[in-house]
Amino acid sequence: MPKEFNTAAFEYAPAPESRSVVDIAPSYGLFIDGEFVEAADGKVFKTVSPSTEEVLSEVAQAGAADVDRAVKAARRAFEKWSALPGSERAKYLFRIARIIQERSRELAVLETLDNGKPIKETRDADLPLVAAHFFYYAGWADKLSHAGYGSDPKPLGVAGQVIPWNFPLLMLAWKIAPALATGNTVVLKPAETTPLSALFFADICRQAGLPKGVVNILPGYGDAGAALTEHPDVNKVAFTGSTAVGKAIARQVAGTHKKVTLELGGKGANIVFDDAPIDQAVEGIVTGIFFNQGQVCCAGSRLLVQESIQDEVLDALKRRLSTLRLGDPLDKNTDIGAINSAEQLARITALAETGEAEGAERWSPECELPTSGYWFRPTLFTGVTQAHTVARDEIFGPVLSVLSFRTPEEAVAKANNSQYGLSAGIWTEKGSRILAVAGKLRAGVVWANTFNKFDPTSPFGGYKESGYGREGGRHGLEAYLDV
Amino acid sequence: MSERLSVFKTYKLYVGGKFPRSESGRVYEVTDSKSNWLANAPLSSRKDARDAVVAARKAFGGWSNATAYNRGQILYRIAEMLEGRKDQFVREVSEAEGLSKSKAAVVVDAAIDRWVWYAGWTDKIAQLAGGANPVAGPFFNLSTPEPTGVVTVVAPQESSFLGLISVIAPVIATGNTAVVVASEKSPLPALSLGEVLATSDLPGGVVNILSGKTAEITPSLASHQDVNAIDLTGADTDLARDLEIAAADNLKRVYRPRPVDFTADPGTHRLTAFLETKTVWHPTGSLGASGSSY
Repeated sequence: MPKEFNTAAFEYAPAPESRSVVDIAPSYGLFIDGEFVEAADGKVFKTVSPSTEEVLSEVAQAGAADVDRAVKAARRAFEKWSALPGSERAKYLFRIARIIQERSRELAVLETLDNGKPIKETRDADLPLVAAHFFYYAGWADKLSHAGYGSDPKPLGVAGQVIPWNFPLLMLAWKIAPALATGNTVVLKPAETTPLSALFFADICRQAGLPKGVVNILPGYGDAGAALTEHPDVNKVAFTGSTAVGKAIARQVAGTHKKVTLELGGKGANIVFDDAPIDQAVEGIVTGIFFNQGQVCCAGSRLLVQESIQDEVLDALKRRLSTLRLGDPLDKNTDIGAINSAEQLARITALAETGEAEGAERWSPECELPTSGYWFRPTLFTGVTQAHTVARDEIFGPVLSVLSFRTPEEAVAKANNSQYGLSAGIWTEKGSRILAVAGKLRAGVVWANTFNKFDPTSPFGGYKESGYGREGGRHGLEAYLDV
Repeated sequence: MSERLSVFKTYKLYVGGKFPRSESGRVYEVTDSKSNWLANAPLSSRKDARDAVVAARKAFGGWSNATAYNRGQILYRIAEMLEGRKDQFVREVSEAEGLSKSKAAVVVDAAIDRWVWYAGWTDKIAQLAGGANPVAGPFFNLSTPEPTGVVTVVAPQESSFLGLISVIAPVIATGNTAVVVASEKSPLPALSLGEVLATSDLPGGVVNILSGKTAEITPSLASHQDVNAIDLTGADTDLARDLEIAAADNLKRVYRPRPVDFTADPGTHRLTAFLETKTVWHPTGSLGASGSSY
């Protein structure tokens, strides 16, 4: 690393958040019909802390028989739940939102332990958004006739929901809150590497007095997810995850009446024009790709920088990356936490090696990696062309590919040259350029002079192979209504 | 042993987050439906009304700039606080409106649920009342609702609690601040509501509650140059006409009295009545046709 980038002026003393706020049981069951139960075949799996590889708990592993049991429970609960006045469903959801707020520190620490992301993020981003999402959809439950979907829109029935490991509790909120508000019941499968926060959510449902069977939680692997999405008595499939699995689901539901929303991969372009405020843009680039170790479907993983300012931006970016603190996710000063699993680390490593092999230039700041756990240095690739694998494939890790452009037209053409279309960023001081470029981008979310902003009132979802349907906002209701 | 003598409550106004007596030093007798004495309520003067407008104006900046989410949480907090004081309001509503305890309880439950209903509207009304306009030209064009400002609310005379809440909540949900003139005959539930609002994270001055003679207080509020709107729900036909004429002086937005069943679905008209629509234009520039074919 060139000496001038070594700007970490002083070390911080460790400032770990206390683990004592969360009490993780040695084992957990499946949550079906209001009870924690063992899997029908008695299978269990271990969930580990990605930053230490410590086993956190042993969790029952759902199989097809359990999926069937949970769907039946959800079906039984549907009749009463959907017949409740919206104002009563609203009050259940408000209770859940308030309990999440009360227990948010506990849940933040839990999520950091099970996922590996920094406590700074779970505390300040994940958990506030989770509570806000329930609060927002609570308010819709008795206002559905005002939402623009007819005077008395009806729920679909049982929703089968499969969520990823990158924002475990937030993705649960995005799925469960609108489903319950509209009168559906749910069976949700959290990811196998991050089952704990969903199981804690089951306890929150108990505290809120939610009727049995309205929410069922089935920790498990892909086979349980497939059994859920193909179950004949599921009326709605909601999936967030990889494009490959999304396509498999789209094939699987063909010929059925299941309503489907898919929130899949991305390769977001973050476009920096020559009149952009460079320091702000650099912060936005860092947020765009290194937030949650880049394990974000809407990450700004392709930096498109105008040629005339490329050197200046790269210098500033490298300087900034040299100050990022990688390490203990529970430390309040940590910027970069652990990669979620050994499997994901291997995938990122392989793609980065492909980048080098194809001739792109690789750079990382010097930083020590902890000796246990799954870690990957923040990484830049320069000299990247549109044909390179690192410019085309979703890496889902802290790896940024840098490309350049000369004209706005070229920026738009390159940004749109992707199978994906989830997010994009635009950095310029000129309002009309923001709007002109945004108008041409084939992406579901466009951030201008900011990045990775989320709000329950704002719809989120992709164009092209980033999936279909929208989550969040008034638009997010449609996915759970028979309209 | 003799029966314990109870402690009476001194009912006071709620202005700027504080509980003053009327500056006039006057009170009037409030009775139940059988003419039994209940309490002496402050008999507000025109000066009290002007003080309330000053407090409401002062609170408007902060309240209207709070996020809709924050306002929603505070309105929900009011429902939580009311739930805990249900017994008190059941008694007051029962005495004020001559209802049995069980009927009064139904009214209070509905009033609490109404706060919850409006708590959910704070961050949704903009998506219904505003939106992108597809103008025929290269412009971004977005309409957004904004609160109109300080709203005088003449509360319903008969429905002293459910009606009262049904007229206050929509005004403040969207970011307005309110000067409320309570039911003349039955002001006690309104004055007690002030005590709930004061302990619900609602900034002082967002809601100000006056008791007294409706016909005496309202003309100065209807003609007040720093009031932006007036809800005439609790004014009788003659008074409503006079107040509407006075309100025309600075073109206050006027919500006329109409027959209303406060137990029914309230709809959105009370929310939209006190909103302005702001439309922003911005050129979108042009990039030619490239990029559109993917």
